[in-house]
Amino acid sequence: MVAAVSFQNVSRHFGAVRAVDDISLTIAEGEFFAMLGPSGSGKTTCLRLIAGFDQPTSGHIEIFGETAEGVPPYRRNVNTVFQDYALFPHMRVLDNVAYGLRVKGVDKVERHRQAREALGLVKLGGMEMRRPAELSGGQRQRVALARALVNRPKVLLLDEPLGALDLKLREQMQVELKALQQQLGITFVFVTHDQGEALSMADRVAIFNEGKLVQVGAPRQIYENPHTRFVADFVGSSNLLDPEFSARYCGRRGWTSLRPENIRLGPRGIHTADGRRLDGRNPEGMITSVLYQGPVTRISVDVDGTTINVALPTSDVSVKAGEIVTLSWAPRALQKLEEA
Amino acid sequence: MSDATVAAATVERTAGGPLRRLSDYFYTHPRVFLGILLGPPLVWLGLIYIGSLFALLAQSFFHLDDFSGLIVYEPTLATYAELLAPANLDIIVRTVTMAALVTVAAAIIAFPIAYFAARYARGRWKAFFYLGVMLPLWSSYLVRVYAWKLILAKEGILTWLFAELHLGWLLDAILALPVIGGPSLSISYIGTFLVFLYIWLPFMILPVQASLERVPASLVEASADLGARPRQTFWAVILPLALPGIVAGSIFTFSLTLGDYIIPQIVGTSRLFIGQAVYAQQGTAGNIPLAAAFTVVPIVIMGIYLTIARKLGAFDAL
Repeated sequence: MVAAVSFQNVSRHFGAVRAVDDISLTIAEGEFFAMLGPSGSGKTTCLRLIAGFDQPTSGHIEIFGETAEGVPPYRRNVNTVFQDYALFPHMRVLDNVAYGLRVKGVDKVERHRQAREALGLVKLGGMEMRRPAELSGGQRQRVALARALVNRPKVLLLDEPLGALDLKLREQMQVELKALQQQLGITFVFVTHDQGEALSMADRVAIFNEGKLVQVGAPRQIYENPHTRFVADFVGSSNLLDPEFSARYCGRRGWTSLRPENIRLGPRGIHTADGRRLDGRNPEGMITSVLYQGPVTRISVDVDGTTINVALPTSDVSVKAGEIVTLSWAPRALQKLEEA
Repeated sequence: MSDATVAAATVERTAGGPLRRLSDYFYTHPRVFLGILLGPPLVWLGLIYIGSLFALLAQSFFHLDDFSGLIVYEPTLATYAELLAPANLDIIVRTVTMAALVTVAAAIIAFPIAYFAARYARGRWKAFFYLGVMLPLWSSYLVRVYAWKLILAKEGILTWLFAELHLGWLLDAILALPVIGGPSLSISYIGTFLVFLYIWLPFMILPVQASLERVPASLVEASADLGARPRQTFWAVILPLALPGIVAGSIFTFSLTLGDYIIPQIVGTSRLFIGQAVYAQQGTAGNIPLAAAFTVVPIVIMGIYLTIARKLGAFDAL
């Protein structure tokens, strides 16, 4: 099967800045692919390279097997939902959505019919005659989505589309976007700096840092087997245990990642949650803070000067700051990290 | 510490000197402050500015007695009828045509400059742009017009340049054109047109640049993304969004050309423009009513122009 998008050793340099540095990746047809990374990590530049707004300094890009370099955006069957939505302020909603069909020469009746259909798809029927300025943020986002989808793109690019929405709306749109993608079967490439969004929606997640692709994989794989300290720390939160700590308490070499929710606390002297004894290996430490966060409570424990974060279901928490506790975890919760 | 002393420390009721009490008063009564701020400019605008304009316009409803040369202070439309006499109508048509051509040419020349400044110029280039556009406005208007007279004169640099390029025949051919030609560029409508265009161009560039500055780059990208070729993007997105700026600029270039009386006097033929007619009528001819009637013409034309622009949706994007 031909890949929807493939990057072969693609770089994009702006002077001395390596915005995208030697990236190779393949996005399968029909996949919901998330590009996740902090700002300035190169994920948006990658999206712009696929859309055609920017050209790679070196390397090769293919979209459905066809070379993309030198092809302007208006000759690519790829559409974008912009971060600021980029709706045309002087056009009504219907004309915004019909714009792509209009420039392709589709007659008025037909393009309005398809635009109404696309607006129905994003649940915006009845808003056709409004201007973008008269819509709420969530509605504008839907118009931007309809405007892209009406062209039946082979790849839909979404640049932080939910960033400007409030939390409730964002969660609702996550569900809707995922459902829409499954319904239409279009390849979605989704750029975000919100790891929760990437993990919950994507089939596969690519983690970017400083212009490089750090790790690609299914959300669960990324979360449970982070390869580097950066991934372990950026996706979710994690205790990054230095080589000394790892050797002493985990019996591992090098850096180790340990998720806060995989740690259990017990009274001093009793060494494991499930009753096994680990021969004095289990660390003891003093609780320095207890933060209530609704369903979970975050507890910081100071172990030999290293702060270990623990997340426990609030119903299980009976400790207070200042108490000395024993920490325990299952060996499989430990994840060895490649990079020092 | 008791509650009372805490309250006294947080809400300091007794203010210091009268100045501080005054600013407290203005802060809590913003409308009074606004009134004081707006009062003087409103008096200026209402009485001195608009008032004197209306006093002038009122003059247009009187008329000059041909025999005595005195103004008859009785309401009449006779002066407006005089305006429609062939000689005066000629002046109006000539001026409006010139103003329209200058405006169109200014818009065409200004757009690419403004587009470059708004979209691409950064830092040093932006400063260079502003300096380049504004610098001519800081030097005397008369000096610049006279400089153009020298450039356009028969012995001037343009004639010399055409001759050097062996294009003297082209210049002669242009000057041989009926109506717009003449004995030399400085004594032709082409010359008047060029100088008008030069002098008013900054007034077109700046508003167009300001309007383009407000068009987000993502709109242009979105248009391309949706399949529009650059030309389609220009007509469907960039131009409609720049239109308020172009209209604002054209108000300047159009009305300034309609009213100017110095440029056509220095560069061009001896045929009059509205500004010159007003100058002659209120001065040497002493016919204030006709001068006033002439000044009504640009106001009416601008009114019509703005109404049409509004109907065409030029202000929809505002």
